[in-house]
Amino acid sequence: MASVTLSIQKTAEAASPAISPTLLSVRGLTTSFATPEGEVRAVNDVTFDLKPGETVGVVGESGSGKSQLFMSIMGLLAGNGRATGSVRFRGKEILGLPAPALNRIRGEKISMIFQDPMTSLNPYLKVSAQMVEVLRLHKGMDKAAARARAVEMLDLVRIPEARRRLDMYPHEFSGGMRQRVMIAMALLCRPDLLIADEPTTALDVTVQAAILDLMADLKREFDTSIILITHDLGVIAGLADRVMVMYAGRVIETGDVRDIFAKPGHPYTRALLRSMPRIDSDTLEELPTIPGQPPNLQHLPVGCNFQDRCLFRFDRCVVEDPALLPIDPALGLARAKACHLEHSPEAYSPEVRR
Amino acid sequence: MLSYAVRRLFGAIPTLLVILTITFFLVRLAPGGPFDGERTLPAEIERNLAAVYHLNEPLPMQYLRYLGQVVQGDFGPSFKYKDFSVTQLIWSGFPVSLQLGGTAMLLAVVIGTALGAFSALRQNSGLDHAVMGTAMVGIAVPNFVVAPLLTLVLGVHLGWLPTGGWGTWSQMLLPVVALALPQIAYIARMTRASMIETLRSNFIRTARAKGLPERVTILRHALKGALLPVVSYLGPATAAVITGSVVIEQIFGIPGIGRYFVQGALNRDYTLVMGVVIFYGVLIILFNLIVDLAYGLLDPRVRYD
Repeated sequence: MASVTLSIQKTAEAASPAISPTLLSVRGLTTSFATPEGEVRAVNDVTFDLKPGETVGVVGESGSGKSQLFMSIMGLLAGNGRATGSVRFRGKEILGLPAPALNRIRGEKISMIFQDPMTSLNPYLKVSAQMVEVLRLHKGMDKAAARARAVEMLDLVRIPEARRRLDMYPHEFSGGMRQRVMIAMALLCRPDLLIADEPTTALDVTVQAAILDLMADLKREFDTSIILITHDLGVIAGLADRVMVMYAGRVIETGDVRDIFAKPGHPYTRALLRSMPRIDSDTLEELPTIPGQPPNLQHLPVGCNFQDRCLFRFDRCVVEDPALLPIDPALGLARAKACHLEHSPEAYSPEVRR
Repeated sequence: MLSYAVRRLFGAIPTLLVILTITFFLVRLAPGGPFDGERTLPAEIERNLAAVYHLNEPLPMQYLRYLGQVVQGDFGPSFKYKDFSVTQLIWSGFPVSLQLGGTAMLLAVVIGTALGAFSALRQNSGLDHAVMGTAMVGIAVPNFVVAPLLTLVLGVHLGWLPTGGWGTWSQMLLPVVALALPQIAYIARMTRASMIETLRSNFIRTARAKGLPERVTILRHALKGALLPVVSYLGPATAAVITGSVVIEQIFGIPGIGRYFVQGALNRDYTLVMGVVIFYGVLIILFNLIVDLAYGLLDPRVRYD
């Protein structure tokens, strides 16, 4: 009997790192920048978990802190930035690790692609050099093997004549092709997590669609977790399993992508969804916009950060900052919002809306 | 690339013609002539001299005559250095100036870029401010202050180095350092600025996100782009430095060609002034061409067509 228990324990122990339910666990991450005008808190007390193979969309307008959140995680903050809190990757704390330790994870376990493919590749080096160096560094491959693998990856991201194009310079590629190169480069080491920071924003619409298709295919093929940072809800709809909405440095709503689209819990999310053009709508009404500007991060208002632009504001909103709390107690923070409204905004009559 | 270089060299001909023409008439505009001394010469002798050097002809005639000579590679005789042609004077002094200036530039590039990169990587630290402050002084304090100071301290008081002359390594040291200091300062400041800018660029962020060690990020990804502005500065700067520094050559008694610029002009030694100016012009054009060709090697986006 005793021996049986022991063996079960052993199995559980051995298996636990592999089937660890969370790949990335972020707790209370706060990022601030020292500026001449004082401290700016770009990311404020962000907490979330990411499971292996899961795709999470992070939505927010410019300045909502969505990019800086992941720059903090990758250790890529500008010199005046400082991040506090905890980021655990496969159970190991990585926030604040010195660069040499972080470099064993960056590019191999977690890789990142950026918004502007025109400037994110080194213009002075051939694509081959930029790809091969990753494999030589992280996988210890020799040059020939690394080149072969690079060609394979370029093929996979559907770059025609990959073998010939490998030795070209970035400026010889179009914008969409460069973003494909970036994606290929990021996936070289088959990372556990790919962070894509507005990967399609700088591309024109047809190319956007092609890149998103490609990412969806790669997601199936590689079983990589993806974090998709964007301000475009349309991008998220097709690709993400879950959504995290950010506003003024905080997460204000989280949930399954279908729930968020069907029944947004936060007035800001609702407003974002309503300001998307719809192809199935016949009305010729003007597309609704969200009035006003996001608050100045140095002078955040007392109470809710969204109060000045909210159609549903009531007395409590101007005195008490809403915490991110579960909407569905069964799901916990997987379905949560930071709003004092008890129900979804749709439940309220126009009279309540001020 | 070769055809580009050839085209550029042919394109330089009109430029040189303009330089030659402007210089020719500017020098003649200056009052006095090459043979005006404190003693007035007898009119007969003056007439003879003018006739020998064709100074009695109308100016346009002289200009065309000179142009014809230059086209054949003859810069004419010097008016003041009797029995020497301008070509002889330039070729006797230029190797010395080239050695002095070339060594100084080499020193300046190596130390300047190293200091600049060092400062950029420790941006706003005490060391950075110290290096950049010193560099500012190096740019601000002119040669004719630095050179005598160096001579005074290292040559006269400490007696470590000779204060003048040319030929031995120890004689080279002080003038080379004096000539290099402002260049070091300038190159260091330029390297720092462009390095800082490059380190902020998106492709450096990509390199970091790929997990490359800092050393590789800087040496392989940042340095090349950061040095481009320095390379474009080096063209004209090298041309200027290797054609001799008037001040340095005078202070250390070095037989280069720097002194010919000033002496030629003061003496109204028309042919000598013309000679050194054209020589300098040719060098500037050549070095700018070299810079443009080097750009093509450094930046793959540059195309020659």
